[in-house]
Amino acid sequence: MHLMYFTERPYRDVPEEEVIRNRSFFGVPNRFYDPEAGARLYNEYLDEACYAEEVGFDGLMLNEHHGTPFCMGAVMNVEAAILARITKKARIVLLGNPLPVVKNPVRLAEELAEIDLISKGRLVPGWVRGAGSEQIFNQANPAYNREYFNEAHDLVMACWTRPGPFRWEGKHFNFRYVNPWVLPYQKPRPPIWIPGVISAETVVWCAKHRYPYVGLGTALQSTVELWNLYGQTAAEEGYQAGTENFGYLQQIHLAETEEQAQEQGKAALFGGGAANFSRPEWTLPPGYNSKEATRRLARQATDYGFLGITSEKLKEAQSGDVRHIGLPRDKKDTRARLRSGQISIEEAKRKIYGNYQKAQDGLQIVIGTPKSVIPKLKLIMEVLRPGILGLFQAQGPLTTEQRTTSVRLMGQEVLPAVREIARGLGIVDPFEREPGSRPYTSGTGYEPLVDLEALKRAPKRDESVRV
Amino acid sequence: MAEWTEEITHVAGTDLAIIKGGQGKPLLILHEELGHPGWMSYHQALAKERTLVIPVQPGMGKSPKVEQIRTVHELGLFYLWALRELNLGPIDVLGFSFGAWIAAEMATADSKAFRKMVLTAPPGIKPPDGDIMDIFAVTIGVQLNATIDDAEATPEFRKLYGGERTPEQFEAFEDARTETARIAWDPILHNPSLPYFLQGVRGLPIQIIWGREDAVVPVSAAEAYRQALANTDVKVTIFEHCGHRPEIEKGPEFVKLVREFLA
Repeated sequence: MHLMYFTERPYRDVPEEEVIRNRSFFGVPNRFYDPEAGARLYNEYLDEACYAEEVGFDGLMLNEHHGTPFCMGAVMNVEAAILARITKKARIVLLGNPLPVVKNPVRLAEELAEIDLISKGRLVPGWVRGAGSEQIFNQANPAYNREYFNEAHDLVMACWTRPGPFRWEGKHFNFRYVNPWVLPYQKPRPPIWIPGVISAETVVWCAKHRYPYVGLGTALQSTVELWNLYGQTAAEEGYQAGTENFGYLQQIHLAETEEQAQEQGKAALFGGGAANFSRPEWTLPPGYNSKEATRRLARQATDYGFLGITSEKLKEAQSGDVRHIGLPRDKKDTRARLRSGQISIEEAKRKIYGNYQKAQDGLQIVIGTPKSVIPKLKLIMEVLRPGILGLFQAQGPLTTEQRTTSVRLMGQEVLPAVREIARGLGIVDPFEREPGSRPYTSGTGYEPLVDLEALKRAPKRDESVRV
Repeated sequence: MAEWTEEITHVAGTDLAIIKGGQGKPLLILHEELGHPGWMSYHQALAKERTLVIPVQPGMGKSPKVEQIRTVHELGLFYLWALRELNLGPIDVLGFSFGAWIAAEMATADSKAFRKMVLTAPPGIKPPDGDIMDIFAVTIGVQLNATIDDAEATPEFRKLYGGERTPEQFEAFEDARTETARIAWDPILHNPSLPYFLQGVRGLPIQIIWGREDAVVPVSAAEAYRQALANTDVKVTIFEHCGHRPEIEKGPEFVKLVREFLA
């Protein structure tokens, strides 16, 4: 079982009312950024990562977002390079580099190789398409998102595995002399994991490449469906998928007492949480989703997506269409209602925090003491059988001390219990068994990847509640 | 008898949907960035004396995407090729917004393909004052609303694109926005080289039409077009209290102006 620690490294000093007024973390004007706070927080998060390693985590996961107080990892590879030097044995897991917004994949291959070398082979790179807002921020054409992703991926792989020098003449990238001197420490290349929210295309792509797929807090029911899709694709590709092919990330906060945990855990809903990651128009820019993905999103019930990609966002993007043209803005628009004085910031906050219990009931967030939290994690592990489990320290304005206590309790009590549970469930991780290494015998049916009986015991998630 | 028909023609190496209606000399219409808006009053009025030829831009409606078209200039080259194969030149052309930009690009490549040209509020040149609206970073509703100065005074606004939302219409909008983004995302809806090449346009009378209150492409761009088109006859008409769609906001005046210019 690979247990990794994750935090978005939120900029915790942003005024909540500005996020609510903006109806989005992305796009909060940067006049609210204080370099003193930034300096303090970057250093604090690096210390926190070291502490997470010290208390027993196997991996330290980083991510990247741009233009948002939601996540300070604007240039994740810089943080990864520092961790490569100041940590000792933890894997540095990057989930992931947003390939479509990278203008120079050769340089990315070099950056990651340096991190792998400095860490002496502890890097686990991962790739993402980037949220819709990253395309806006980075001037990356969303209509070419998939093509950029695929070609940048292939070019990075070529940099790492194809002897140079060679010429790269693709559709979107052209390099006359590819011969990076800096190559990764791990051979033939570092292991690669892919995080995902709801995209079936990504799941199939992962299965074809034998890359483990890490579900980012997606609802258990839809995660089960996606993992079966992975398993089926794996079988078609001739291998048996197993626990080593899957990971799951769970938002969590721990405290010494239930009362403290419940009080502190509300921070996860700060500013509306991930539901307010970005506005509909930034979440789904033109062409970012395939037509099939958009149709699927329109059909399915609202799903919890870390990037705020939900059917609700899609509906908002679709609304105000020709039926509404010439009419005042949608009355449900919080910003418009705030501006017009129909609701106050306080009312908007009440609405956000009113969902706290439901969010816990549906496992969108897991809050409590180790004693109350471990059974919930056990259930998730039983249903999904992930070889990789990420514990995502709750978002919001927790104090440094509260966060440190949470990390300590994870290390002291949760990690040993989870390892024991994993042993009982026969869960192995991608380092114990190479993903894609077991052949599949045609016609035998692939091994069950999830436990549908356990899923029956899982609470139903209120899909209208998102954190 | 139906006022218009839509047929798929194989031309310029691809299938292309072409909407046709009316009678008389052909008039090429290049539609805007959200696709063909439907058969509106101005179509009806112009079709009385002209055969309207409205190609549906590749990647929109029933016209398949042409992957090799990667810029608006290349889209212009595509349409010039189609015109040659259809034996339609020299032809009068009326372009709306993005379609007017395409027409301007076509003129830089082959101004002899046209007899007269009407450009209605084209993006394509960076306006000297104000910015072209970033239509890719807003929802369709916001984009649509921004095209009109006074919705209450523009009854036909509600008839655009069939007048009501269906899942199919939403997909049609998304297809159109995706295709427009694909070729005009960066720089945002303009071609920095266009003003230079417009100087090479000669012997092609051009009528530029704009709304003073245009919130999509600022009216300052009208003068920039006029200046760039220094070597051909250009007339600029600006409608007061009018946004980005003079064809429906000032319908009768617009039709009169176009008819007189093309006469």
